[in-house]
Amino acid sequence: MEKKIITALSLAVVLFIAACGGGKQGGDQSEAGQSKSTAANPDSYDPNRGEGKFDETNVAIGALDAAMAAKGKAISETKCFSCHKTSDERLVGPGWKGVTERRTPHWIMNFITNPDPMIDKDPEVQAQLELCLVRMPNQNLGEQEARDIVEFMRQNDGAK
Amino acid sequence: MFTHKIPTYILAVAALYITSCKPKGTSDAVSGDAAAKTYVAPGKYDEFYNFVSGGFSGQLSVYGLPSGRLLRVIPVFSVDPEKGWGYSEETKPMLNTSHGFVPWDDLHHVEMSMSNGVADGKWVFVNGNNTPRLARVDLRTFRTAEIIELPNSAGNHSSPFGTENSEYIVAGTRFSVPADGPGDDVPISSYKENFKGHISFVSVDKNTGNMDLAFQLKTPGINFDLARAGKGKSAGWFFFSCYNSEQANTLLEVNASRNDKDFIMAVNWRKAEEYVKAGKGRKQAVRYAHNKFNEETHTATSEIKKEVTVLDVSEFPDIVYFIPCPKSPHGCDVDPSGEYIVGSGKLAALLPVFSYDKIQKAIADKAFEAENYGGLPVIKYEAALYGEVEKPGLGPLHTEFDDNGNAYTSFFVSSEVVKWNVKDLKVLDRQPTYYSVGHLMVPGGNTKKPFGKYLVAYNKITKDRYLPTGPELSQSAQLFDISGDKMQLILDFPTIGEPHYAQAVPAELLKDKQLKIFDINANKHPYVAKGEGESKVVRQGNQVHVYITAVRSHFSPDNIEGVQLGDEVYFHVTNLEQDWDVPHGFGVKGANNAELLVMPGETTTLKWVPDRTGIFPIYCTDFCSALHQEMSGYVRVSPKGSKVPLTFSLGKQNPETAAR
Repeated sequence: MEKKIITALSLAVVLFIAACGGGKQGGDQSEAGQSKSTAANPDSYDPNRGEGKFDETNVAIGALDAAMAAKGKAISETKCFSCHKTSDERLVGPGWKGVTERRTPHWIMNFITNPDPMIDKDPEVQAQLELCLVRMPNQNLGEQEARDIVEFMRQNDGAK
Repeated sequence: MFTHKIPTYILAVAALYITSCKPKGTSDAVSGDAAAKTYVAPGKYDEFYNFVSGGFSGQLSVYGLPSGRLLRVIPVFSVDPEKGWGYSEETKPMLNTSHGFVPWDDLHHVEMSMSNGVADGKWVFVNGNNTPRLARVDLRTFRTAEIIELPNSAGNHSSPFGTENSEYIVAGTRFSVPADGPGDDVPISSYKENFKGHISFVSVDKNTGNMDLAFQLKTPGINFDLARAGKGKSAGWFFFSCYNSEQANTLLEVNASRNDKDFIMAVNWRKAEEYVKAGKGRKQAVRYAHNKFNEETHTATSEIKKEVTVLDVSEFPDIVYFIPCPKSPHGCDVDPSGEYIVGSGKLAALLPVFSYDKIQKAIADKAFEAENYGGLPVIKYEAALYGEVEKPGLGPLHTEFDDNGNAYTSFFVSSEVVKWNVKDLKVLDRQPTYYSVGHLMVPGGNTKKPFGKYLVAYNKITKDRYLPTGPELSQSAQLFDISGDKMQLILDFPTIGEPHYAQAVPAELLKDKQLKIFDINANKHPYVAKGEGESKVVRQGNQVHVYITAVRSHFSPDNIEGVQLGDEVYFHVTNLEQDWDVPHGFGVKGANNAELLVMPGETTTLKWVPDRTGIFPIYCTDFCSALHQEMSGYVRVSPKGSKVPLTFSLGKQNPETAAR
C-alpha cells in the first residue's frame, strides 16, 4: 500500500516537473515526420513572403535564363510532375500555369523548400489543402534547385 | 465473523511481505522511485540505444534505455516479410550461402565497432550461429550492409568479438568439425583424430566497414564458446573460452563435463598476423558466400569465394597458449584496464580471475604444465591466476564492468546478478533475476570506458512475469540501476526471440547521424524511374519489367494490361518522395512473396508470377496520406498468347466514364 502511494506520488512529481518544464525540448516537431519550423511565432507569419530563407533581397529576377529553366524542368520531372501539371489543370496539386503571376518568386521558393510550416500557417495554402487533401511533400530541394524551378515556372508562364 | 477476519489476515500477510528483506515474489524487489527512473515522457528520448540479439529470431532488436521501449527490429539473418527483407529481388542475395538461400539463423551476440577501445557508433557486428556467418549492420541506416559466411566452421558461437580498433572481428567455431574439402567424410567417432577447430579473423576496413576473411587459425578439436580481445596493454591478445577438452562426440552433457578444468585459450593475434603477412599461412580451397548491399544501386550482390589462408597453430610455438579454467568456461571477459580476465566456469563454484601480466611472465618463464594439449603449451593455473572469487553463486556465465573497478557476473543456476570488486575479489551485492539470467550488459561494460549507470539482465525463463500467453512466453530483460552501492531493479520488459548478448551506446553517438532519405538523384538502380516521365512497362521475352513510381498518393502507371500467364512480372518500385518517414509499401494479390517497403529515393523490386487470368489489384501498404486508400491500381492478366497489347497508363479514363 505504502509503496504504491510512493510510486504514485513520485509519478505525480515527474508529471508536475514535466508540466512546468516549458515542454519545448524534444518537441520541436510540429507533427510526426514533419520538418522543423524556422519561425517560432506563428503570429509573425507574412503571407506575402511565406516562411523560409528567401525574400526580395536574395532572389533576383531578370530576363529569362533558358539554361536555368531547362535545369528546373529536369528537376521537376523527378520531384514535382508526379503531382503537378504545367497546364492549369489540377492533378494531385494545382496546375502550374500562372503561378508566377499569383505568387512572388521568393514565396514560391520558400514554399517548395520549406512546405510544412507554410501549410500549417498560410491561409491560402490551407484552403488549397482542403481541396487537394494531400500535404505537399518536402522534396528536399536545394536552394539553387528551387531557383531553377522558379525559372522554369516563369518560362512556363511565358516570361522572356 | 469469518468474512471479517479475512481482510485482517491479508493485511498481516501484506505487512510481512513488505518488511521481508529477501524478495521472493514476482513483483517485489522494486522500490518506490523505479517509475521515476525509467519514465521517459512522450516525445522525450531515451539515454541509450540498446542493441539486443534476437536469438532464434535471427534478427537484431533495438530498445531505448531506460524506458525499455522497442525502437526497431533490424532484419539480419532471417527473412522479414514486413520489410521485404529476403523477399525483394535486391535483398535475396544477402541471405545467400554456399548452401544456397538460407532464410533463418540464430543470432547470439553483438559487437559495436570500436576506436581506441570504445564504441564509435559506425557499425554493429552480429553472428549467425547455425550456418556460420558474420554480419555488419550500418548504424546510419539501421540496415544489414554485409554478411560473410565462414568456411571450416560449424556453429559460429564464439563471435563476433572485436579488437579495440575493430582491426579484426573473430568467429570461433563452437563445433569442431573436419576441415572443408575432400577429407571431410569421416566417422564421427574419429573426433580426436579428424576434427579441428577454426577461428576466423575477419578484418574490417576502417572507412567503409567492408569485411574480409583475412585468415583462420587451425586449432585442436575443441568447442569454442565465447571470446574477448584484450585492451590497452593486452590489446594484441585474444582470449577464447573452450569446453569439451575431453573431445567427446556424444552425450556431451556428461562426457564433456568430466575434466576438472577446461581452458581459456590465449592467442597472440598480432604474432599470428605477422606470420600470415610473412606468407606462412596455407591456402585452402573452400567455398563461402560474401554478400554486400550497395546503397547506390539499392541492391545486394553475393559472391562465392574460393580460398582461405589457414595458419595451423601447432606449427608455430608462440601464438597459442592454453590456460586451465575450472569446469567448462562460458564467459571470458576482460576488465576495462586490460589486466584482468574473468573466466566463468558454468559448473564451477568459484570465479577465477587471471592476470595478463602473470600470463606474460608465465610465458617468459615457461611455467607450463608437463603435459601439453594438442601439442600446445598449457600455462600452470597458479602461474596465470590473479585470484578467485569464492562462493559467488551457482552457474556463472558472463561478466561486465562498471567505471569504479567493479564487476557484475550473471549466475544462471542461482538466478542472480552478483556485484564484486575486481581488485579484492569480494562480493559486494547480489540481486535476484526473474528468472535464470543468461547474458548481462552494462552500457560500455565491455569497453575501456563503461557507463556505470545501468545494467540489463537478459533472462532465459519468464514464467509468471507478464500476462500469460499460452505455452510460449517472451523472454524478459530486467533493468537495474547500478549507480549506488546496491543494484536496484527498476524495470522489466519483454524481448524479441531469445536475447543473448547485447550492447548499448549513448543516444548522442547515433541519433544525429541517421540517414533520413536516399537522394533520388544518386539512385543508380538499373530499373529506377526518376520521375513519372520515366515510368514504363517493358517486355523482354516472358519477363515484364514494370518501372513504377510511388508518390503521395498514386502509382505511375496504375493500369497495366497485356501481362500473360507464364510471364514473370518484376515491379521495380521507385519511391519519389524526398521527405523523412514517408515510405510507400507495395503489395499485389496472389504474390508468393511479401510486400515491399520502399524508403524515399529508393528502388525495390517485387517478383510476381501470376497463376491465373483476371484483374489483380496493387496497392500501397504503408499509410502515406489522407488519400492513401486511393493509392492503388490494376494489372490485367490474360491467357498465354492473348492479343491484348502491353499497355500502361495513369489517369486515362475510358471515354464513357470521362464524359460523366
